[in-house]
Amino acid sequence: MSVAETSPVGSRVNAGAPLLEVEDLVVTYPVRRTLVAAARHVPRTSVHAVDGVSFSVKTGEMVALVGESGCGKTTTAQAVLRLVTAQSGAIRFQGQDISAMSSTDLRPLRRRMQMIYQDPYESLDPRFRVRQAVEEPLLIHDIGGSKEERHQRVMDAMRRAELNPPELFADRYPHELSGGQRQRVAIAASLVLEPNLLVADEPVSMLDVSVRAGVLTLLDGLRSRGDMGILMITHDLSTAAHFADRIIVMYLGRIVEEGPAREVVRNPQHPYTRALLSVVPRRDPREQVTPQILVGETPNPVNIPSGCRFHPRCPAAEDRCKTIDPALVDAGPDHHAACVLVGEGAAR
Amino acid sequence: MTEALLDVRDLHVWFDLPHGAELHAVQGVSFSLEPGDRLGLVGESGCGKTTTILAVMGLLPPSASVAGQVILNGQDIMLGAEQTVRPHRWKDIAMVFQGAMNALNPVKTVGSQIVEPMVLHEVAEGAAAKTRAGELLELVGIPAASAARFPHEFSGGMRQRAAIAMALACEPKLLLADEPTTALDVMVQAQILDLLIRLTDDLGLTMLLVTHDLPVVAQVCERAAVMYAGRIAETGPMDTLFHDPRHPYTRLLFAATPDLYGEGDVVSIPGSPPRLDHRIEGCAFRDRCDKAFERCVAETPALLEVAGGHRAACHLNDLNGEGAA
Amino acid sequence: MSAIANEPGIVADAPRKRSRGGLVWDVIKGRPSAAVGAVIMGIFLFIAIFAGVIAPYSVHTQVGPVYGVPSAQHWLGLDDGGIDMVSLLLQGARVSLIVGFAAAFVATVVGGGVGMIAGYFGGKPESVLMRITDYFLVIPDVPLMIVIATLWGPSLSHVIFVIGLLLWTTTARIIRAQVKSVRERVYVKRARAMGASHWRIVFRHVLPQIAPLLVANVVLTVAVAIFDETALAFLGLSDPTAVSWGSIIEHAFLRQAISTGAWWAIVPPGICVALVIMGCYLVGQAIEDALNPRLKVAHLSVRGFRLRPLVGMDKDTL
Repeated sequence: MSVAETSPVGSRVNAGAPLLEVEDLVVTYPVRRTLVAAARHVPRTSVHAVDGVSFSVKTGEMVALVGESGCGKTTTAQAVLRLVTAQSGAIRFQGQDISAMSSTDLRPLRRRMQMIYQDPYESLDPRFRVRQAVEEPLLIHDIGGSKEERHQRVMDAMRRAELNPPELFADRYPHELSGGQRQRVAIAASLVLEPNLLVADEPVSMLDVSVRAGVLTLLDGLRSRGDMGILMITHDLSTAAHFADRIIVMYLGRIVEEGPAREVVRNPQHPYTRALLSVVPRRDPREQVTPQILVGETPNPVNIPSGCRFHPRCPAAEDRCKTIDPALVDAGPDHHAACVLVGEGAAR
Repeated sequence: MTEALLDVRDLHVWFDLPHGAELHAVQGVSFSLEPGDRLGLVGESGCGKTTTILAVMGLLPPSASVAGQVILNGQDIMLGAEQTVRPHRWKDIAMVFQGAMNALNPVKTVGSQIVEPMVLHEVAEGAAAKTRAGELLELVGIPAASAARFPHEFSGGMRQRAAIAMALACEPKLLLADEPTTALDVMVQAQILDLLIRLTDDLGLTMLLVTHDLPVVAQVCERAAVMYAGRIAETGPMDTLFHDPRHPYTRLLFAATPDLYGEGDVVSIPGSPPRLDHRIEGCAFRDRCDKAFERCVAETPALLEVAGGHRAACHLNDLNGEGAA
Repeated sequence: MSAIANEPGIVADAPRKRSRGGLVWDVIKGRPSAAVGAVIMGIFLFIAIFAGVIAPYSVHTQVGPVYGVPSAQHWLGLDDGGIDMVSLLLQGARVSLIVGFAAAFVATVVGGGVGMIAGYFGGKPESVLMRITDYFLVIPDVPLMIVIATLWGPSLSHVIFVIGLLLWTTTARIIRAQVKSVRERVYVKRARAMGASHWRIVFRHVLPQIAPLLVANVVLTVAVAIFDETALAFLGLSDPTAVSWGSIIEHAFLRQAISTGAWWAIVPPGICVALVIMGCYLVGQAIEDALNPRLKVAHLSVRGFRLRPLVGMDKDTL
């Protein structure tokens, strides 16, 4: 297991080294049968929340996992951190397969992968002062031998999370801070462990617009300055387009398109991505495009359509889409999409 | 000149706080809506936008006190507080509340919940009401037969449509929508916004859309008013607000919103809004403004006309000190 | 402080949610009913602790005739053995309160433990523990107490055990529900995700959140325990050598105090029991009330919002 060393400010260390590799991840939830169904021996069904997902995150990279509710992005993130057990598939963190690791073996690795949660108002214990909240991870993982050393690390982490000066915030309780500051405290509590992978689940969706950019820029700075990779879950395509290096679009448990953020946004290859991008409201009233509004809503993952999952709602669907379940194919440099129309020239 | 459908003049709302203090939540807000308009009321949490539309509907709690005029079709409905507002509630002005999709009664069918306001306001009853409820559901894009279903059988988007149908039950002229698409997926959001646009275009409904989401307002509304700390900072056509903002808050708010194809940096606005339980000297935005100067500290800027229909409350527009309102 | 007040975002004057003494102290200070209850409890606790010192006469010496009438030397008269009632009451307070608190303690430790394990771990442990709790909950208290006391023999520790055995179930249910809810909070999940051990999460995150509820529960359980002890003693199932309010009532009842008209032998201990239970109840209920989220009922009010005339104010004043 390679441990990246800190580098002079500005350069990327180990850029390109695979930090996280996910292969054919499958996560299912059993669906409860009614008593009557159980008596009739109706076979148990399960919901395939994540149905064969593969991607990677490199050090120094921010990857955005986007999609609507029910697409499986949150479940994927939880599976990556082993907060939820995957049915099958490999999860390689810094080269090691952690998908089947025991809790004891996993524990030392947990400090290297941290999660930032969506709700800044709930993610801090209301009875802990800020410095206690940021210090707790150190106590859990037994880092920092003396109180002074821990104090130093805590102050350091708070500075990196842009809570300056740290002394001003250290003795506050969460209810005395604004939403944006609470989120920074949560980030500091993750940074104090010096993780290599940050998984951010909708980190700014509950913050005011004027505050979001600050937190996102902070995350952006963290991944480019240190030896960190960030996996960001978001439903907001504009945020993903602006801050992420790569975008992965999910639909009903599968990846339908993935590639460099600019590429995916300016040259989408999958009909779903195109429709999604067309309905994202733009700031400039002059730049409104005709939205391609899909009919209906994402179907329940219990009833996954046959063939291509998207075909019932796809504006470009053909007959063969009812039977063919397309795999991800090349759609450009480092850009893949799962659609039969890709590469046939018809998908322009 | 067409008479304004709704003319809000100098609206103030105070909330009582413990120990004799007061929160001045809305500080002299004025705007007007002509029939068929779609006006956006934009601002972040705490700016007073929800309180403003609750005041228009007369739905404020007993701890609130109100001053100002709410002129509906030439008549000031705020004159007698609850007495004068109530006859207009739902029949002339209706509201889709924030999180309405979660506020549906889980033990009553959707159809009966749409019938309820009709019966309450004596607009229709019995079979006629049921038929009308079915028609309203069709209008918002839900099959009429679904009226017999319960809210938990509907998806989030469908529940929001049902909430809109409920608001339209008594055929109001004005619809107030408070964050109608927050918490919805982007595709469902597009469907709902499309519905709202169709309702205003086809039915002649007038709409006041309250939201924190600038791009949504840019897409749906022709005009908008940007609120900050209980006041209107700037108001005007959407196009002008984006291309020629005359209040630093408007400009910075746009700059803080990421755009799909935008190239520039997305920047936060430092600091946070002022507390409204103290009197604020001068401009409420000056602590966070990048262009504040001495006059901003002592003198509160008035909402002045910059061009036709475009008003902003900033001293930068009035450097000669003429101050024409 | 002014530097912090100007610091963007910090709500400098945010009211301190809890005073130094914590929720319990806040509740007692804030609500008159809780204050009354606390005062009552305080008086009886004082009596119980200092009974030996302040009792005017010994409880083993006869100082007058059987069922002596209340007089200046004996404010509540004498009992069936000629012993001063006031001294008996003071001594009785000691036993009743000790048994009550001890039994409540046993019930809380067992119930709290069961509730904590069931609520925190869920799944199989929860099902098993809750089934057991349900069985105990269904058993009628007094008959079971009678049976056990009869079979096991009379002694104070047995009484404490029996009462504790019956009272832990309510605590278990309440604690389990609360623990389940706290466990779902994001900060607990975060700690878990970070690799915190169960011990750490329970003691640093869960316990502080349920502590006020535990306190309320203990106080209310004490009330029930004292009542149960009084009942047991009255039925003659408690330690015959121990002087408790229940035993005082038992003796008076068995020795025809009522037909003799010696109300002072029966009524005062009953009133004491009632007062203590009421005191516990007032405090416990007030804490529980404080913990419940306050429902927003403004919209049900008959009054509406008020109008404020703008006459006499010009724009600059506002």
